[in-house]
Amino acid sequence: MENQFFVDSEYLSKEALEKKHKLETDPTTRTNHMEYMEGMEQIKSDICEKVISQMDSYDYHTYTAKDVEAALQHEVCSVEDFKALLSPAAEPYLEQMAQRARMETRKRFGNTVYLFTPLYIANYCENYCVYCGFNCYNHINRMCLTMEQIEHEMRVIADSGMEEILILTGESRSKSDVNYIGEACKLARKYFRMVGLEIYPVNTEEYRYLRECGADYVTVFQETYDADKYETLHLMGHKRVWPYRFDAQERALMGGMRGVAFSALLGLSDFRKDALATGLHAYYIQRKYPHAELSLSCPRLRPIVNNDKINPLDVHEKQLCQIICAYRIFLPYVGITVSSRESATFRDGIVKIAATKVSAGVSTGIGDHESKYTGKESADLEGDEQFEINDGRSFETMYQDISKEGLQPVLNDYLYV
Amino acid sequence: MQENNIRNNPNDNTLNNDPLTIGGHKFSSRFILGSGKYSLHLIEAAVRDAGAEIITLAVRRANTKEQENILDFIPEGVTLLPNTSGARNAQEAVRIARLARELGCGDFVKIEIMRDMKYLLPDNAETIKATEILAKEGFVVMPYMYPDLNVARDLVNAGAASIMPLASPIGSNKGLTTKEFIQILIDEIDLPIIVDAGIGAPSQACEAMEMGAAAIMANTALATAGDLPLMASAFRKAIEAGRQAYLSGLGRVLVRGAAASDPLTGFLRDE
Repeated sequence: MENQFFVDSEYLSKEALEKKHKLETDPTTRTNHMEYMEGMEQIKSDICEKVISQMDSYDYHTYTAKDVEAALQHEVCSVEDFKALLSPAAEPYLEQMAQRARMETRKRFGNTVYLFTPLYIANYCENYCVYCGFNCYNHINRMCLTMEQIEHEMRVIADSGMEEILILTGESRSKSDVNYIGEACKLARKYFRMVGLEIYPVNTEEYRYLRECGADYVTVFQETYDADKYETLHLMGHKRVWPYRFDAQERALMGGMRGVAFSALLGLSDFRKDALATGLHAYYIQRKYPHAELSLSCPRLRPIVNNDKINPLDVHEKQLCQIICAYRIFLPYVGITVSSRESATFRDGIVKIAATKVSAGVSTGIGDHESKYTGKESADLEGDEQFEINDGRSFETMYQDISKEGLQPVLNDYLYV
Repeated sequence: MQENNIRNNPNDNTLNNDPLTIGGHKFSSRFILGSGKYSLHLIEAAVRDAGAEIITLAVRRANTKEQENILDFIPEGVTLLPNTSGARNAQEAVRIARLARELGCGDFVKIEIMRDMKYLLPDNAETIKATEILAKEGFVVMPYMYPDLNVARDLVNAGAASIMPLASPIGSNKGLTTKEFIQILIDEIDLPIIVDAGIGAPSQACEAMEMGAAAIMANTALATAGDLPLMASAFRKAIEAGRQAYLSGLGRVLVRGAAASDPLTGFLRDE
């Protein structure tokens, strides 16, 4: 069963609808997703080839219980072991995988769990990604916060006690350009001790500029590592260019970023292959940039405004847990982030096993922290949300819940030097 | 904030007989405790049961406005050993050390410089540079290093107060995988050699102390134990046992079979 992504808004003009339908039904109207657009930097790197050749040849049905048992016995998890742990044959071994994953997590991270919150500063988007609430054909309230509004939002968040922030935008270079994001980073540096970015991919020199403005790490979701599938989901805009997106983490590190984060949006394509590619992407980046701080996210598809039929398909909680455990066993040194897309129960369970970072006090809308945090009606307009969250716990509640589980909430583990 | 207030327990005569001296400061305990990998409210019990007088602390973790600041959990009379974890080169380590001083963490500093996030192995070359700068600024510098004799000598010349070689990769609990090289440091370097990282069990700590290590630093071994304070106590006893064994002079261990009963030099005449 496939997701039903296509939804027509009644607000679209006849011409817009026509173009939208053409893009959806006639592949010849779409651009070549493997071809770089003007201004996109092309770097020399063999990482993509290494990841994709492994992913293409990965036939997870060939792995057996014996392979999984061997993988769990090995002290160091090889690429082959990782493949076995991601295979259906590993599903009956979920509890053993969790035990091993927990041991690896405790050895590296102790009982610490980092807390952060995302701040969406703009939701304009120039892309048509069929599953995303911000896509340019979706009729939602669009906003781009002014610097005053951003500072106000940051103050509200900082007052709650949060010390790490993740700044997000829709993917629009014209509405939220690099300078605008840079200014937001400078503000964030005043209120927070750790600043992450989740924005459209940019060139090395732009990452260098953002680093100078105060950004510490960059998150780019590849969505799916299956380029052919990617082509059918990202129908228009610069985001359509798959290889430019793939090399984003490397450009960010070349630009001096301290850390980078990776992810596939599980449920878009074959999740086992996407999970393999995500893990290998981080693995090969680590070999080339050993100083980089790496982390993985593990989002599943969520319903969006105007389309509640989108769901993560066959990636159920058990499969998600299997993937996260496999990530941890294969890459004991990476951070693993689990977002508020997942339920409170799932997040409480997974931080005991492998996750090292969770968001709290989350809003995926624009300019609504004051109303969400304090209940105070905002005088300003608010922008619509990218997707529906599941775990709506506040910072305070999350802090207490983590402590109650015998874990140690950490707000900051970083010095700006 | 913290004074180097050394516990002086009248029942504990080891201090008078066999103190551990680092940068002119005397300690009776030879167990340095890590922090950060376990809940803050366990620190007090861990310090008590470990009998520890020195506890390490990541400056990056102390630099917070968190409601629970790790500094507030360090018991009175314990010497803080701030570390520079997170530093990727000498320059960053120096800045972190200076910040530690500003935060009131005292003059002790453990230098940790890593530019490998997978194994967290120390960068010896950068560590020497940072040691030299900080020693000149009056810090009591305790560099964490990969056990290499030449580097250890450079660290001595740079003004280090002790040398902290790793036993195994940090957090691995694998024990003395670099045993031979640590022994060389113990034999050749006149500063206290404090075995740091990788010690996963009290028996391993005991073994390092028998070899002549001046002290043991552990964190993960305790943090991953089922009962942290109990493990802290076990380490304390093992370290004390190892120290006493070292001081008493270990008995002969026959490595290659039995000794010949007829001496090989019996043919030599008194002339």
